[in-house]
Amino acid sequence: MSDKLSVNFAGVDFKNPVIPASGAFGYGREYENFYPLSNLGGISVKGTTGTKRNGNLPPRIAETPSGMLNSVGLQNPGIDHFIKIELPNLKTKDTVIIANIAGSTADEYREIAEKLENTDVDMIEVNISCPNVKAGGAAFGVTCEGAASITKIVRAATRKPVMMKLSPNVTNIAEIAKAVEAEGADAVSLINTLLGMKIDIKTRRPVLHNNVGGLSGPAVFPVAVRMVWQVSNAVKIPVCGMGGISRWQDVVEMMMAGAQVVQIGAAMFSDPFAPLKIIEGLENYVSENDLNNLQEIVGTVIPW
Amino acid sequence: MKYTQGRYIILSKKTLAKEIYDMTILCPEIAEIAKAGQFVNVKVNGFTLRRPISICSIDREKGTLRIVFEVRGEGTKEMSQIAEGELIDIVAPLGGRGFKVDQFETAVIIGGGIGTPPMLAVAEKFGEKGTVISGFRNAAAVILQEDFKAAGAETILCTDDGSAGKKGFVTDALKEVLSRKKPEVIFACGPDVMLRRVIEIAKENNIKCQVSLEERMGCGVGACLVCACRTIRNGDEYYAHVCKDGPVFNAEEVLFDER
Ligand SMILES: Cc1cc2nc3c(=O)[nH]c(=O)nc-3n(C[C@H](O)[C@H](O)[C@H](O)COP(=O)(O)OP(=O)(O)OC[C@H]3O[C@@H](n4cnc5c(N)ncnc54)[C@H](O)[C@@H]3O)c2cc1C
Ligand SMILES: Cc1cc2nc3c(=O)[nH]c(=O)nc-3n(C[C@H](O)[C@H](O)[C@H](O)COP(=O)(O)O)c2cc1C
Ligand code: FES
Repeated sequence: MSDKLSVNFAGVDFKNPVIPASGAFGYGREYENFYPLSNLGGISVKGTTGTKRNGNLPPRIAETPSGMLNSVGLQNPGIDHFIKIELPNLKTKDTVIIANIAGSTADEYREIAEKLENTDVDMIEVNISCPNVKAGGAAFGVTCEGAASITKIVRAATRKPVMMKLSPNVTNIAEIAKAVEAEGADAVSLINTLLGMKIDIKTRRPVLHNNVGGLSGPAVFPVAVRMVWQVSNAVKIPVCGMGGISRWQDVVEMMMAGAQVVQIGAAMFSDPFAPLKIIEGLENYVSENDLNNLQEIVGTVIPW
Repeated sequence: MKYTQGRYIILSKKTLAKEIYDMTILCPEIAEIAKAGQFVNVKVNGFTLRRPISICSIDREKGTLRIVFEVRGEGTKEMSQIAEGELIDIVAPLGGRGFKVDQFETAVIIGGGIGTPPMLAVAEKFGEKGTVISGFRNAAAVILQEDFKAAGAETILCTDDGSAGKKGFVTDALKEVLSRKKPEVIFACGPDVMLRRVIEIAKENNIKCQVSLEERMGCGVGACLVCACRTIRNGDEYYAHVCKDGPVFNAEEVLFDER
């Protein structure tokens, strides 16, 4: 592998810009049964909270045209388990480890960030946009004040690079991005899932037990590109783009819109090898277009 | 554990009953390690999510797996269009826990409707020491009876309307069988209502029981946590994941949800 895909993103060196998205990849253990994790640019781990969470009642997934809804509700073993059991394993994998965290209260975010401060995680991704939990979660992410307040708290608790994960379920995502930038965020990632619903017309019941859930997959891709473009025009901090990416061409498009690195979620379910195929496609793209580094295309869209 | 994703040739395709298809897939590296109770996750053109289908039978020598599935919706409809000689894209073998057969000599093996196919791989392990009870709506829906006989099992067929075999449910047949012999273990796959009754009967008779569950899936490997089912683990309630912690569970672990 050449280093033409390498990138320094928010102060962290990635060998390539392709990162499995939080929630699609667990803590990496399962996908090691397919391929070595060292192929990946990084891993954004399952959203982790202050204490263990059981998540929502099943069914937690529904298929929709070119996409899917999920309502997992942040099932996870809690931050202590992550630090003690999962992180030591992940650290041996020679890839960037991004801890994705979530809380119900501002205090919970602070506590988790403090616990991660003296660990080996490379970066903290702060989920203020999970649509599947009642308290906290998305509530912080839908107002500039809420997003800013969590950024400030996490910023004060850690010297690690802080990446705020933004919700698309807002009127003006660029304003939220500016608010987190002003409080010292090192990067933003977007988009989390779009709130959606599917009804079984035979039973008149929502397919998800939670009634509503987060939409992801190819269906959301144009929305994600638009938001990445708007946000990267509005802030100076780097952008991690995601939402509906399934092919290398999507990554090129997302990067032209302004993303420096990308995450892959639902596409993992169609094809567990999606990240590797995308990396291979990007390698070819770089050589066919005589680029020194893939980053040369970032933000190069020529708007009308 | 090793998972494989690949496109494999369908050596033969048959129709077993109305809208029920039987495919034999040549995939030696998967057949080599697959176990009874595990499943394959099938990519269907035009759909984001793969479809989980149980392994019905494993032939290590020929390097083949057999799957039997019913058209239930659009995805399985599309799957049924894949022809003999064409390629099918699967991720397999999935399922952290299949049926644990090794420590048992004698078994009653129960399948209800489209829950019957995975029981063939189990019956093939037990030969004459297995009793297979399978239940279907009516004669037109009956599948796999010759295969169970070929595996050497005593086979008992039930239909809801009595149009083939005995009239009644598999649980009636189970009680009858238990009145004349006591197997070491009961294995079952089928609708939740059936599994609940089978588990009750196993408990009343103090016989070990393993059941295969279904839940809607995303990744199929244990990473996305969507396929949760309520279980008891070390005395605590725990959302296990059907794809990785199952799909086969010990009866005493399972808590059924009211749907
Ligand atoms: C471990 C396991 C083993 C299975 N083995 C078999 C088998 O051997 N033969 C067989 O005919 N069927 C089997 N099924 C059920 C089969 O997966 C579903 O019938 C199939 O997914 C329906 O897809 P569809 O697109 O036709 O239906 P749709 O209703 O259109 O599907 C919509 C979505 O719901 C999911 N879904 C719908 N019903 C089920 C279900 N019962 N279980 C899980 N997901 C579902 C689909 O995968 C899809 O994501 C198994 C399910 C599981 C979980
Ligand atoms: C099953 C599932 C679980 C998810 N869990 C989380 C999570 O715990 N934390 C988080 O920040 N995002 C979570 N997400 C959102 C994804 O990380 C990503 O933002 C979104 O799915 C859009 O990308 P995609 O279209 O490539 O899936 C989850 C998504 C899915 C599909
Ligand atoms: S389907 Fe992803 S955890 Fe079971």
